[in-house]
Amino acid sequence: MTEIKKVLVVDDDSDFLIQTEMMFSTRGYEVITAPGRKEAEETFDSFTPGIAVIDLMMENDDDGFVLAYRIKKRFPECVVIMVTNVTGETGIQFPGEDDSSGWINADAILSKPVRFEQIQEELNKIESR
Amino acid sequence: MAEKVLSLLIVDDEEGMRLGVKRSLRHFSMEAEDTGDIVKFDVTEAASGEEAIALMKESSPDIVLLDNKMDGISGIEVLHWINQNDLDLMAIMITAYASIETAISATKQGAYDFLPKPFTPAELKVSVRQAAAHLVTLRQARELEREKKRVRFQFISVLAHELKAPLAAIEGYLFLLRDGIGMDDPAVYEKVVGRSLTRLGGMRKLIYDLLDLTRLESGQKKRELSSVDVLEIAGISMETMKPEADRRGITISIEATSEEISMVADSGELEIVLNNLISNAVKYNKDSGRVTVKVMDEPELVRFAVTDTGIGMSENEVEKLFGEFVRIKNSKTRDILGSGLGLSIMKRIALLYNGEVTVESTPDVGSTFTVTLQKT
Repeated sequence: MTEIKKVLVVDDDSDFLIQTEMMFSTRGYEVITAPGRKEAEETFDSFTPGIAVIDLMMENDDDGFVLAYRIKKRFPECVVIMVTNVTGETGIQFPGEDDSSGWINADAILSKPVRFEQIQEELNKIESR
Repeated sequence: MAEKVLSLLIVDDEEGMRLGVKRSLRHFSMEAEDTGDIVKFDVTEAASGEEAIALMKESSPDIVLLDNKMDGISGIEVLHWINQNDLDLMAIMITAYASIETAISATKQGAYDFLPKPFTPAELKVSVRQAAAHLVTLRQARELEREKKRVRFQFISVLAHELKAPLAAIEGYLFLLRDGIGMDDPAVYEKVVGRSLTRLGGMRKLIYDLLDLTRLESGQKKRELSSVDVLEIAGISMETMKPEADRRGITISIEATSEEISMVADSGELEIVLNNLISNAVKYNKDSGRVTVKVMDEPELVRFAVTDTGIGMSENEVEKLFGEFVRIKNSKTRDILGSGLGLSIMKRIALLYNGEVTVESTPDVGSTFTVTLQKT
């Protein structure tokens, strides 16, 4: 992982965008943010993400799922990290990191608030696979 | 007007009695006072206390006509069983010899009425009519109470969510600072602290709005009615919003139909209305836009119409607008903070003056919010 990684961050919560961008950019990553699925898809032609951090629930409840699917299809190499605060609010339990059902097209699922170390850890795990 | 069928169980060991009740109530119907529903009766019968209990175990009737004097389990004992099993019904005791003793013990067990034998079909109908009316009212009150609880619960869950969101944001910024991010870059540091303060401010506003709303709802806020200079209050509201408006190059102007407009009102309530109207018009405006505050003195009422040149709303969005905590979510409103309570508060205040809040809006052109307050 010596090359500069490109990160796409997608969330309709502007504070999460600011925070995640800061986490990555101060560590030398190149970051692009998008406030929604549509805006994220518009970057596909000009930006090839190595990592995508996506909020599960945005304008539509399934935006995160759909976007993860499309990113994986377009950029198979991209590591997709799904973030959510869904569990705390709706009581819905999402499969953890050892989810083998594969129904969420993500390499990792993290609950908010997310710290950089957690993302780092997930990236290390994915690399050593 | 709906039709309702109440189930009635007649418990008597005399077959003639059961038949008589059945016949009397077969075509009997009544109108429930509160709901206007037409109430009819579906009669089933039991020839003994034992049979009655077996039937009631299956399903509870709405009204039970209970003969006291039966072989085996007596009427009073059936009544006792009904109480122990907490059945939601009205019991009418049929007593052959209306003794004080029976009456007292039946009343203790919660009998609703007594019907001394022998009784006429008319007497029966009067008693059944009263019991049914009471039951319908009781159930309606209970349903209302349940609905109130449900609304309150929903309000609290949404409120909790609205309070959690800024907390999570501020927590995120504090994590960044703890991890040393932004400590050596003044621009980053400033953004982290600035956003935290903005979100805190939003949270404070939500709490204040919530207190306003609660006071209005509970009627606990003492209203101080006096003759109020409406234009002065509008002027103060405009001044309050001016720094934010200036920052974005938005001009605010007041147009009044006369030099002096006054009405009997609570000045605090007027302030809340005008602050909300003007601050919304600024918040949802475009940079370098305009806000026009029209104050119209009419014979019966004062009309405030605040027009902005902002993002506007679709018909669909306007429809949703007046709910509590409703904030129109789209790409244009994403970065605008608000409690989602402002309109609810305005609407409640307008109601105190027999007035109303209306809105006209065109997407990307702007909106006009109009509040009318009756003078008396």
